[in-house]
Amino acid sequence: MNSVVLPGSAVGMKGWWHAHRFLLLRRFSQAAIIGLFLLGPLAELWIIKGNLSGSLVLDVLPLTDPFVLAQVLASRHLPETSALIGAGVVIAFYALAGGRVFCAWVCPVNAVTDLAAWLRRTFKFTGGRTLDASLRNWLAAAVLAASAIAGLAIWEFVNPVSMTQRALIFGGSVAWGVTAAVFLFDLFIAPRGWCGHVCPVGATYALIGAKSVLRVSARHASRCNDCADCYAVCPEPQVIVAPLKGKDGSGPVILDSACTNCGRCIDVCGPDVFGFTHRFDKRKD
Amino acid sequence: MDLSRRALLKGAAGATSACLLAGGAALLGRVASARPAQALRPPGALPEDKFLGACIRCGLCVRDCPPKNLRLSTWGDGLGREVAIGTPYFEARDIPCEMCEGIPCVKACPTGALDHALTDINRAKMGVAVLVDQENCLNYLGLRCDVCYRVCPVIDKAITLEKFSNPRSDRHAMLLPTVHADACTGCGKCEKSCVLEKSAIKVLPAQIARGELGHHYRKGWETGNQAGRPRFGQPVQRLPETPVAGDLAPLRSGREAYPAPTLPPSAEGVK
Repeated sequence: MNSVVLPGSAVGMKGWWHAHRFLLLRRFSQAAIIGLFLLGPLAELWIIKGNLSGSLVLDVLPLTDPFVLAQVLASRHLPETSALIGAGVVIAFYALAGGRVFCAWVCPVNAVTDLAAWLRRTFKFTGGRTLDASLRNWLAAAVLAASAIAGLAIWEFVNPVSMTQRALIFGGSVAWGVTAAVFLFDLFIAPRGWCGHVCPVGATYALIGAKSVLRVSARHASRCNDCADCYAVCPEPQVIVAPLKGKDGSGPVILDSACTNCGRCIDVCGPDVFGFTHRFDKRKD
Repeated sequence: MDLSRRALLKGAAGATSACLLAGGAALLGRVASARPAQALRPPGALPEDKFLGACIRCGLCVRDCPPKNLRLSTWGDGLGREVAIGTPYFEARDIPCEMCEGIPCVKACPTGALDHALTDINRAKMGVAVLVDQENCLNYLGLRCDVCYRVCPVIDKAITLEKFSNPRSDRHAMLLPTVHADACTGCGKCEKSCVLEKSAIKVLPAQIARGELGHHYRKGWETGNQAGRPRFGQPVQRLPETPVAGDLAPLRSGREAYPAPTLPPSAEGVK
């Protein structure tokens, strides 16, 4: 396919690599993490053992998914210290790096929902309904309440995030049905519906990273030529408006916890308005 | 905070959908808690209802299992489709528990869904072996198979061979494999090694395998009366004074019922 490079597009202005840098880095990160888990069973190289719900790095460092652990605690089981330390390590990392960095850089479901969004953009599907943004927070709370009542970690019976990554690492063909359901949901029912509006795992990570240090800033907002490519590609476009346009006295940094730090806005912006920085960066031009 | 009528209604809609979704997941969890009898949990697993609250389905026990008998259940994985998805289990007839001394699976568990209080594998309670099919067990048919007894890691405690007279021939013994639940760990080696096409002895979860005696029952031969004395002594077996053809019971004197035959010297001379 030899598509024409438009002069005003990001590819035309910055070159292909700079217009796809963070997308490729993210895909690499997602694949590398699953790959590291697979090195153990496939090549007897045990760098990291377990899966994204709970793991052990180099036989020393435990990591635990905070939302899974929250369900365990809600079901009134006090876990061993290693699970608690593991969740502590994960929370500390995402509290600094941005909670939804998990969603954009680690979670394998991201590639699926990104594909659905890409198909929607490419084939101009505009249908579907936008869900209420608070749904995922309500769902996270309802799951914990139901876990407490039932005494079971209830979301783990249906959680597409756990099931997809587990199917990749431990095998299990029919779990792909859940992944396919998320794909069809995003493609036909609700645009950017799963990750942005339903997934309580993402809601938990957003909460963890609410005050994260690493953020994207619309530092060079004056260069903006209003092409709206960033809005089109962003999984949470509502977070861009205020920092880019300086509305409501907003600074240039995107502070909304829904931002996944995926860096796709940096990629697709021809005039290079955006860049990664820390949350206290007030520079703007 | 925005408390307009519209915002409230939207919030309520979100909350309602969330409750419906969470409730659906909880119902699914309730259904999945009914584990099929042939799926055994790893050693030290908490009771099933507690286990499903504590297990984060990370698979660390699976990775640290030396005989690789543990696996995480997946949908459509034969038996696994009925085991709560993503949780560890094994099938004894497939690969039994090797009863590793260090219990690596329990040590690997980060949440204690496999209880770290279990440090002696001989105290594990993965299930209870039950000789479910007496009609096909070779020992019940009067043969000397004994394989389940021989492979038992807790031999002579968890499985013993009990001697009975074979009523069919009236002159042979039957040595019947008998499971003692208090010593059985549920490792499943007996089920794995049963020589039949389908095992006559199976490990079942304790809640399926075991009955429960009425709590008012007292075993007079074990429990003393209020004075602390046994209510009655061991039953006295009435043993025959003289050998009876076909009777295996020892004589009261302690002599063998049938002394080893001695061949007359003339018989040796023929050879």
